[in-house]
Amino acid sequence: MPGQTIVEKILSRASGHTVRAGDIAIAKVDLAYVQDGTGPLTFRQMEKMGLVKAANPSRSVVFIDHAAPPARKELATDHVYLREFAAKTGMVLSDVGEGVCHQVAFEKYVRPGDVVIGADSHTVMGGAMGAFATGMGSTDVAVALALGKTWLRVPETLKFEIAGKFAKGVYSKDLILKVIGEIKTDGATYKAMEWGGPAIASMPMTERMVLSNMAIEAGGKCGPQPSDVETRRYLKEHGREDDWKEIRPDPDAGYEEVREHDASELEPMVARPPQEDNVVPVTDPSVKDLKIHQVYLGSCTNARYEDIQVFCDYMKGEKVAKGTRLIVVPASKEAYVRSMREGLFDLLLEAGATINPPGCGACPGVHMGVPGDGENVLSTTNRNYVGRMGNPAAFTYLASPATAAATAIHGAITDPREVK
Amino acid sequence: MGRAWKFADNVSTDLIAPGRYYHLRSNLPELAKHVLEDARPEFAANVKPGDFVVGGRNFGKGSSREHAPVIIRLAGTRAILAKSFARIFYRNCINIGLPAVVVDTDRIDEGDDLEIDLEKGIVSDRTKGIRLTFPALPAVMARILEEGGLVEYIRNHGDLVLSGA
Repeated sequence: MPGQTIVEKILSRASGHTVRAGDIAIAKVDLAYVQDGTGPLTFRQMEKMGLVKAANPSRSVVFIDHAAPPARKELATDHVYLREFAAKTGMVLSDVGEGVCHQVAFEKYVRPGDVVIGADSHTVMGGAMGAFATGMGSTDVAVALALGKTWLRVPETLKFEIAGKFAKGVYSKDLILKVIGEIKTDGATYKAMEWGGPAIASMPMTERMVLSNMAIEAGGKCGPQPSDVETRRYLKEHGREDDWKEIRPDPDAGYEEVREHDASELEPMVARPPQEDNVVPVTDPSVKDLKIHQVYLGSCTNARYEDIQVFCDYMKGEKVAKGTRLIVVPASKEAYVRSMREGLFDLLLEAGATINPPGCGACPGVHMGVPGDGENVLSTTNRNYVGRMGNPAAFTYLASPATAAATAIHGAITDPREVK
Repeated sequence: MGRAWKFADNVSTDLIAPGRYYHLRSNLPELAKHVLEDARPEFAANVKPGDFVVGGRNFGKGSSREHAPVIIRLAGTRAILAKSFARIFYRNCINIGLPAVVVDTDRIDEGDDLEIDLEKGIVSDRTKGIRLTFPALPAVMARILEEGGLVEYIRNHGDLVLSGA
């Protein structure tokens, strides 16, 4: 019998049985959450079930982030319902201005070894904490909130073993885009995408988060990573070192497949429309020098303080190109306040940026940066489907904050290695 | 019996329930008027009760929005047939009592007359005179679907029990 993967270890603890890939388990849920696009349906389902309660109120969170502040009366009225439901059940409310659910959950609530169920597909980002974190629909999350448990099929694990050192101008976003380009948008369907190797061990937490965040873009059920000294450092920085515990796969864990990458061989990548696996290097003639009307630095994928800092390193002393708009949406209040205090807002505003409040903004196409017909957007977000950013007649290209900055300066897709 | 509405591979939840209609999520009949609008604009107005949505690979990829399968069902769809489904979407279909069937859809064409027998695991394409078989759902999901969805399941059992799963 081989050893256990990270997911098998976490789900064994959470279900009280030793489980293996393929087993069906009922797992205790350590953190459950909804956002304002999925929460109203979740709560209506709880009412239909006759379960207007939270099994663990302090570990149940209602995030208002997708339409925050709301652009329309219907959305504002959804928010009223969410706030009332949270008050009635004792759930924690993370209201307008606090930021994107996955980012705030990561800063405040997700712990190594947790089972995290969120009514949003990018819940997988919690994997970077050494948690089992997965997105589900409203009704599944209704059960997770009300009963504190969920049923799961224990996933097989694809292991991504990353060696080498990232070159200047190359980031974890480029690695995950490269991987999705190879295995495609259904290459990890039903599976865990576990990350390991020296390049992961030496990677700062905020970069690891990108890898777990985009597991869903390959169809992955989760994107678990070891909980190590860097995890501990991150938790300490966020005033909750006590939440730390070590999580590692067994050395002889049974993987469905092990895929190896050398970070030093990577280059900046761009995902072209209409989906995340349509990936080419930034130097490819199909994207190089392509006119960009809007650069969007936002989302749970790449809008932390560290992303804004990287963007500003490139932007320093430069201006956004004429004919290009730059929209910056810090992922959370923490990212917003720190960027502001450390002078990054001054730099961005002088360069010509528009800075929006923390939240999901234009990433899911609700408001604050929806592109016009025929426009091209270079975005640090996670999806570029037809209509994703709110207009099926616009085109979204996905890339790292560094590529976004180089592109903002030139008004066309630009290799960040060519800047400075 | 119902008609096949054929879709390509990789139909995303953004194509099914576009983000620009986010404000209609608490008004599902209104949202359903836009179902699959960006994939086939004529679908919502012309789909008839009992029709089938027929996809290719990776149907329902993307977000967790349960509104996507809910409005496909609200439009009257009998079942979704596809070569493969994205994980969250698949689970959502079963949870709302909408059959999502993994079957080789290559031989089904637009407009074909289809019939489904969920118990026996057979899709009959009456236009072509062929029968396509599909495997049974995992026991857990079969039970949830049989009982009409996860809300009904929880109302019936008061808990997540899944004995015999």
